[in-house]
Amino acid sequence: MAAVKETVDAVVELERYKYGFTSDVDTEFAPKGLNADIVRFISEKKGEPQWMLEWRLAAYERWLAMEEPTWASVRYEPVDYQDLHYYAAPKQKEGPKSLDEVDPELLEVYRKLGIPLKEQEVLAGVQGAPKVAVDAVFDSVSVVTTFKAELAKAGVIFMPISEALREHPELVRQYLGTVVPVSDNYFAALNSAVFSDGSFVYVPPGVRCPMELSTYFRINASQTGQFERTLIIADKGSYVSYLEGCTAPMRDENQLHAAVVELVALDDAEIKYSTVQNWYPGDAEGRGGIYNFVTKRADCRGDRSKVSWTQVETGSAVTWKYPSCLLKGEESSGEFYSIAITNGRQQADTGTKMVHLGKNSKSRIIAKAVSAGRSDSTYRGLVSVHPKATGVRNFTQCDSLLIGKECGSHTIPYIEARNGSAQLEHEATTTRLSEDQLFYAQQRGLSEEEAVALLVNGFVRDVLQELPMEFAVEAQKLVAISLEGSVG
Amino acid sequence: MLSIFNLHVTVGDKPILNGLTLDVPAGEVHAVMGPNGAGKSTLGYALTGRPGYEATAGSASWDGEDLLALDPAERAAKGVFLSFQYPLEIPGVPAMTFIRTALNAQKRARGEAEVSAPDFLKLVRAASTRLKMNFDMLKRPLNVGFSGGEKKRMEILQMVLLEPSLLILDETDSGLDIDALRIVADGVNALRSPERSMLVITHYQRLLDYIRPDRVHVLAAGRIVASGGPELALQLEAEGYDKYAPEALQGAA
Repeated sequence: MAAVKETVDAVVELERYKYGFTSDVDTEFAPKGLNADIVRFISEKKGEPQWMLEWRLAAYERWLAMEEPTWASVRYEPVDYQDLHYYAAPKQKEGPKSLDEVDPELLEVYRKLGIPLKEQEVLAGVQGAPKVAVDAVFDSVSVVTTFKAELAKAGVIFMPISEALREHPELVRQYLGTVVPVSDNYFAALNSAVFSDGSFVYVPPGVRCPMELSTYFRINASQTGQFERTLIIADKGSYVSYLEGCTAPMRDENQLHAAVVELVALDDAEIKYSTVQNWYPGDAEGRGGIYNFVTKRADCRGDRSKVSWTQVETGSAVTWKYPSCLLKGEESSGEFYSIAITNGRQQADTGTKMVHLGKNSKSRIIAKAVSAGRSDSTYRGLVSVHPKATGVRNFTQCDSLLIGKECGSHTIPYIEARNGSAQLEHEATTTRLSEDQLFYAQQRGLSEEEAVALLVNGFVRDVLQELPMEFAVEAQKLVAISLEGSVG
Repeated sequence: MLSIFNLHVTVGDKPILNGLTLDVPAGEVHAVMGPNGAGKSTLGYALTGRPGYEATAGSASWDGEDLLALDPAERAAKGVFLSFQYPLEIPGVPAMTFIRTALNAQKRARGEAEVSAPDFLKLVRAASTRLKMNFDMLKRPLNVGFSGGEKKRMEILQMVLLEPSLLILDETDSGLDIDALRIVADGVNALRSPERSMLVITHYQRLLDYIRPDRVHVLAAGRIVASGGPELALQLEAEGYDKYAPEALQGAA
């Protein structure tokens, strides 16, 4: 209930996208453009081993031979890949030993973000702050890593992937690119060649990670593409919950964000991956805004392994992502819970792939799309059952809510069942925000915007409930904020 | 006092209310009865500002406040409450969340302190006990899967918790069995006070056995065509609305 009140408060308080600022942190750029030398520059800056450089160069070669895909139902200005910076890092000689050593500008950025929940307290070292470990990524390089010691005690490795390449090269090498191969798709190849940083998590066998792991990504430097790379490995019988939240400052030019996230779950392991995505969506006419072309995939290679993706997508001008699960293990299980909200001129083509390879594997998909303004939203999903995968079960539910008359919503479910024993269920609904319901809520005293926020939060409730508590509150606010000015 | 004067309301260009005049002094309960299609529900919607119900002439004020100049939420904050004939279902929003959000929105609009979650919980428990409602029902999404009678009770529960000063009940008795009717009526009667006015819109006299009106008005063809004491309701019950049918009214005019 408190959350709803906060939602309502947020609606009242906020007028426009409030993260439209940039800070003046000195940024060290790589020169514009992309070629093999830039790839070498990035690798050298990070002090990477030789094999990593070769891996990147190979990816770059593959990327050169590939063509940008066009099958998604999104339209956007072509990206000039030679007009982007591929490396930008806040200037810092050594890693900071405490928050006092962190650039005050950076801390100011976190303060301005406002939302960062308890995490800001954690960053600020407030006593009694909850134990949420934060690997804060500012532009492309992780700046602060907290709680490392406590995690280390549990044997959990949580660090920037660039650091992991130095400290745990064998682990990174063993798993990197095994879920999303270098040549998987155009953007994955690009990311593999130039990724700057991201998070690396390894949870050893039988360990339940003692805290939620959280990362904030921001795009800050002008014309800097962001190419995060995240790799999470849950060893046998382990559990980890990872939270990712994004927000970006206002810019005129479109900015490319092409992340790759790889999850590996071994026998009896479970990974819960939650995202709240709030990149700058562009102005009312659709100018500016982030292109969010992300490849997220989980490999449930172990028997009885489980991966759960939960996403709240409210930002970006163009979103193109399908967090997926390869269900290889017997009785492995994949879940996808999604809220996609588009307003203004936003476009989203998102969904999931559940690839059933293991016997008795099961998956569950709940996708809620809310479209307002002149936006366009597509759910695109694949449920595929391998001939040898017996006893597969899937349940899919896709609900669309339309606000106003100028938005679009589409549901494109693909089903490939090559084993007769599979039980696949698909439900889909499309409804328009009811004026009767709106009036009913208004008659009880809610303003039109409060009423919309309440009704939409009701519509997406099933998915919000899948988020960790502190994220759910924030997400609920975001839902309201994203739909401001969508009615009337 | 609720004061309606010469009110004309159209719905999609179709005139529904044609010069309705009605006063309900503070502290009084007035019943509005009439045949189907007379404009009874339109009256409730026009007073609460439902979009599409356009007042083309006349006035309506509550406590001296021009209702027609306010949006629906502002009217609610001024104490105007409509118990809907067909309450809406609100999926995903627990009844308690809905009511508390509404109550605090009203309080904010009036510049009053909001009700805290624990205090609200106490209020809800007391009110639901009084209305003999299962408390667990309040944790469920508002009205979703509720029976007709449960929905009506939920309307009255909202009314009790929001403490409005102008209460408009639109066919509250429909869908209620006799026991539920008595419980609902008790809830409504408990709200009777010298400051409150009530407008009870009903087709049948039955409800008025439990909620005793001070005055009864007959609404036909978009205006009040007869007024009297409680006995008028009994007379209508016995004779029906025939003499208020459009043809009959035309003949009399």
